[in-house]
Amino acid sequence: MLIAAAVLFLLLRLLPGDPANALVSVGADPEQIEAARRQVGSDLPIAAQFVRYLGQLGRFDLGASFISGVPVLDEIGRRLTLTLPLTALAFVAAILIALPLGILAAVKRDRWYGGLISIVSQFGIAVPVFWIGILLVTAFAVKLRLFPSSGFPPSGWRDPIAALHQLTLPILTIALVMSASLIRYVRSATLDVIGSDYLRTARALGAGYGEALIRHGIRNGAVPVISILGIELASTLLGAVVVERVFSLPGLGSMLLSGIEQRDYPSVQGVLFVSTLLVLLVGFAADLTQRLVDPRLRGSSGGRS
Amino acid sequence: MTDDAPALAQPSSLRLTPAFLIGAALVGLHVVVGLMTLVWTPYDPTAMTGGRLAPPSLLHWAGTDRLGRDLFTEIMIGARIALAVGSGAVTIAAAIGVTVGLLAAFASRAVDDVLAATLDILIAFPTLLLAMLIVAASDGASLGTAILAIGVAASAIVARLTRILARRVLAMDYVTAARVSGTSWLGIVRIHVLPNIWPTLVVNFALQFGLAVIAEASLSYLGLGAPPPNASWGRLLQEAQATVYTAPFGAVAPGLALVSLVIGLNLFADGLRDVADPTRRRRG
Repeated sequence: MLIAAAVLFLLLRLLPGDPANALVSVGADPEQIEAARRQVGSDLPIAAQFVRYLGQLGRFDLGASFISGVPVLDEIGRRLTLTLPLTALAFVAAILIALPLGILAAVKRDRWYGGLISIVSQFGIAVPVFWIGILLVTAFAVKLRLFPSSGFPPSGWRDPIAALHQLTLPILTIALVMSASLIRYVRSATLDVIGSDYLRTARALGAGYGEALIRHGIRNGAVPVISILGIELASTLLGAVVVERVFSLPGLGSMLLSGIEQRDYPSVQGVLFVSTLLVLLVGFAADLTQRLVDPRLRGSSGGRS
Repeated sequence: MTDDAPALAQPSSLRLTPAFLIGAALVGLHVVVGLMTLVWTPYDPTAMTGGRLAPPSLLHWAGTDRLGRDLFTEIMIGARIALAVGSGAVTIAAAIGVTVGLLAAFASRAVDDVLAATLDILIAFPTLLLAMLIVAASDGASLGTAILAIGVAASAIVARLTRILARRVLAMDYVTAARVSGTSWLGIVRIHVLPNIWPTLVVNFALQFGLAVIAEASLSYLGLGAPPPNASWGRLLQEAQATVYTAPFGAVAPGLALVSLVIGLNLFADGLRDVADPTRRRRG
């Protein structure tokens, strides 16, 4: 985590462009620039800036926005109430799509629909998420007028039906893209299970095909899929920026984007810090789940390289 | 995906799969169209050639945009931009990534640990996000900035792959023998490491090319890519979304162009992998 904080900090500060530029207008005189630099602390040497930043992190103080003056942590908390449910719902939807289709594609790989599923999922990984979003908007918002094309109701989650209605297309967009790559992993994990000795043994002992697959296959096949799920969930959290732009949602991603556009370093840093924290948490959760599913992993202390 | 480093293998039999040929054809089509736009386009890309937001017709295969410019012409130019960004970014990623990866593989334990941990953190962030940050930190979005940002962002993935592959070669007995007999480390890189890891790296470069094309489109879509009049596919899609209620067809053609190039690159990479490592040929 310390390394992550250091990398983020250096990445943002060592590159050209002074954050104080955000505060002053074009053509400000040197005195005004100097005052702005003092205000944001960019007149200090880089090491001193870093120490100060770490000290603030220790107190869970992510600073205040250069632009609006609102504490970054409060703003992030507000934004997360949109981004977290969006990601979680899309994640669940993606699993609901990918698990049956992936297993079907493996079990029925000799039938035409088994092959079709693999081919479609191959295409899915080549499609940028925002194009899917635009196409869904075209189909469901413009043509069929079933769902709104963008925005989030100001009432927020106090009106859950309206909020969900508004989030249907974004959730579907993320879920489709996510499940395209998930299907491939589920399929290949299922293929491994189907080719395994223990499944053949179970069949030989008289278990039906479906029964053997459910009793022995799921636990074994789940382990590699869970680690992929962790990575997918993490990259979806971080990738929310594009989807939130497509549907004009006031989430964490759009906070990052406007922070970048306005050179609002505390906001950008804060969003990245919280996202990194979330990503690490997701990785930790995936590790734990793997150990729960597969007792063989419990003895070793972190079998990942 | 970057971790599936196959066993050290040399290109053996050149059996080209249909998928590889389709991929090569798709990529080749984009290259030809992209190069062609340097000398000829159906219409002047900046001229107002027809009605605004006209639907596709025989005169305008993909319709016209909100200023009445021919969309098909802009899409053709978009191919040139996508290929330029892709090849530029992959070159940068390869130069930085292979160098850092080799350094890490040869470095002392402590240096290697720090480098590996840094790479792991960088890789946890999607390429697009890193590229966004680099664009943000540099002054002003331009085609060059986009290439540089995507290339630098992708170099972490290349570096980690190179490090893993090179370490595997360095553990071989013949490398120990070469070291003992006094070959310099540059000599070891040139004679033993690079020839062994090259096939796998090239496959990865082809995949990175596709990811760079998507990243560039995403940057342009977010308004952080090449500014107008560069007809990037991402910017065309962003403009199409703005007029989606009056001209819902506008988003289809640029997206199809983008997807066909990326699919072509992925198929091409799969085909290359089959050539580089025959043992993987049976896997779906």
